[in-house]
Amino acid sequence: MAVLVVADNDNAHLRDGTHKVVTAALKISGDVDVLVLGKGAKGVADAAAKIAGVRKVLLAESEALGHGIAEAQADAVLALAGNYDAILVPATSGGKNFAPRVAAKLDVAPISDIVEVVSADTFTRPIYAGNALETVQSSDAKKVITVRPTAFPAAGEGGSASVETVGGADAGKTRFVSEEMVKSDRPELAAAKIVVSGGRAMGSAEEFQRVIEPLADKLGAAVGASRAAVDAGYAPNDYQVGQTGKVVAPALYVAIGISGAIQHLAGMKDSKVIVAINKDADAPIFQVADFGLVADYKTAVPELMDALTAAGK
Amino acid sequence: MKVLVPVKRVIDYNVKARVKADQTGVDLANVKMSMNPFCEIAVEEAVRLKEKGVATEVVIVSIGPAQAQETIRTALAMGGDRGVLITTDADPEPLAVAKLLAAVVAEENPNLVLMGKQAIDGDNNAVGQMLSALLGWPQATYASAIEVSGSTAKVTREVDGGLQVLDVDLPAVITADLRLNEPRYASLPNIMKAKKKEIAQKAVADYSVDIAPRLKVIKVTEPAKRSAGIKVETAADLVSKLNTAGVL
Repeated sequence: MAVLVVADNDNAHLRDGTHKVVTAALKISGDVDVLVLGKGAKGVADAAAKIAGVRKVLLAESEALGHGIAEAQADAVLALAGNYDAILVPATSGGKNFAPRVAAKLDVAPISDIVEVVSADTFTRPIYAGNALETVQSSDAKKVITVRPTAFPAAGEGGSASVETVGGADAGKTRFVSEEMVKSDRPELAAAKIVVSGGRAMGSAEEFQRVIEPLADKLGAAVGASRAAVDAGYAPNDYQVGQTGKVVAPALYVAIGISGAIQHLAGMKDSKVIVAINKDADAPIFQVADFGLVADYKTAVPELMDALTAAGK
Repeated sequence: MKVLVPVKRVIDYNVKARVKADQTGVDLANVKMSMNPFCEIAVEEAVRLKEKGVATEVVIVSIGPAQAQETIRTALAMGGDRGVLITTDADPEPLAVAKLLAAVVAEENPNLVLMGKQAIDGDNNAVGQMLSALLGWPQATYASAIEVSGSTAKVTREVDGGLQVLDVDLPAVITADLRLNEPRYASLPNIMKAKKKEIAQKAVADYSVDIAPRLKVIKVTEPAKRSAGIKVETAADLVSKLNTAGVL
């Protein structure tokens, strides 16, 4: 039995999530191939070939694949699906965008966002905003699975797989118009070692930037936000941590002015160390925080900046 | 232009789900149920398309227990024109839901299916994409803006790292993200009016669709609980604790 892992990439870089999905794949089978979808992505394929345990790398390129058009991505995967018993896709918004299409075309049940491989046909996944874990056994001959990267350790480097070019695919009745990516020198939210998140208490987009961003920069952290802060327009949607945003599990998560709604906790409660700063001592965030500071962020964050400076940060 | 909006009755957004002691699922007895929040956003967008004169009819469809009728009524009170309820006591998987919706599309012939990106119970984020694939219609998921002009729709999508704009031919499937709009509260006169709107009663057997599950639920368990840690008094104290923990 062989497994196909679809790489997480942006045409120029192979993202770390790929290594984590490879770890999940190796729990299903020793025969793991990686498919890189993109345009001008030879460098990504070469990087994927170095992941330990990968048998071979397949590279499919086209204009539509370079823009992450779901119809094209699904078609490129379907063209190869006959050779595999399981197809594993990172559970990013890009991965979740096309994996269900592949499942529908193969007439199989997609298995979304798995956090554990119990056996080759049995998997565990969070439901109800992570308030329950469901273990399901698939009766389908072929499995289409999205994998929550933060739930698996990254596969190491040291492989030397071959890279093979396979057919690209087009976008059909969908046309790419434009994209507007947030330019940032900060680490990527999903892969950052430290995340600093702000909540509704910030009160405005200006205040969010003034308070959260300098602290994040001081810590070399990525910036996150609660759904309430995104909803109120204080932070872009791409910052959203939670049930319907990104799931993160950094070494350190700093929640500032975040009450700790169920939906937010779903996205960060697997962090190694959680810090909460909130003036409401009864805020639910304190029930999951390792270190809680009951204080108004307006005084606490400047003090924290000073304390970090004093500690040589 | 006819818009079809599938809606799902789920546990209320503010209620914390509790796992049953026998590990067979989540306890929904006596729990407040509501329309899935992303479905509400989709209904709102469809009603706004009608108010702009772009859509001529908004049809609401739900698949679920008899009480899903209330969910449809809520959508009709927001401005939907009529409903279709496919009653089932099974909890169909995304593949079955997509197939049933494809059958409804074949009957209704809408120009657009507008639906939520994800239901907050199963958290699959799959049905819209699957429906699009089954129908051979273009998809535009995670929409934060929709502009319909003639036979195409320009959709701004929330993607990893920013925004993407796609132009799709209609008919298409579009799924709603959080920032697409803020759903209205239905007014009392509209709630009264909605009671008179037609809801067609259907059964799964009316469609030639096999909804047998493909996944066997082995168990449903509670995740490991995280225990509360300690309160620190000052920022300096916090930094020293974090240094000791080795996370700075």
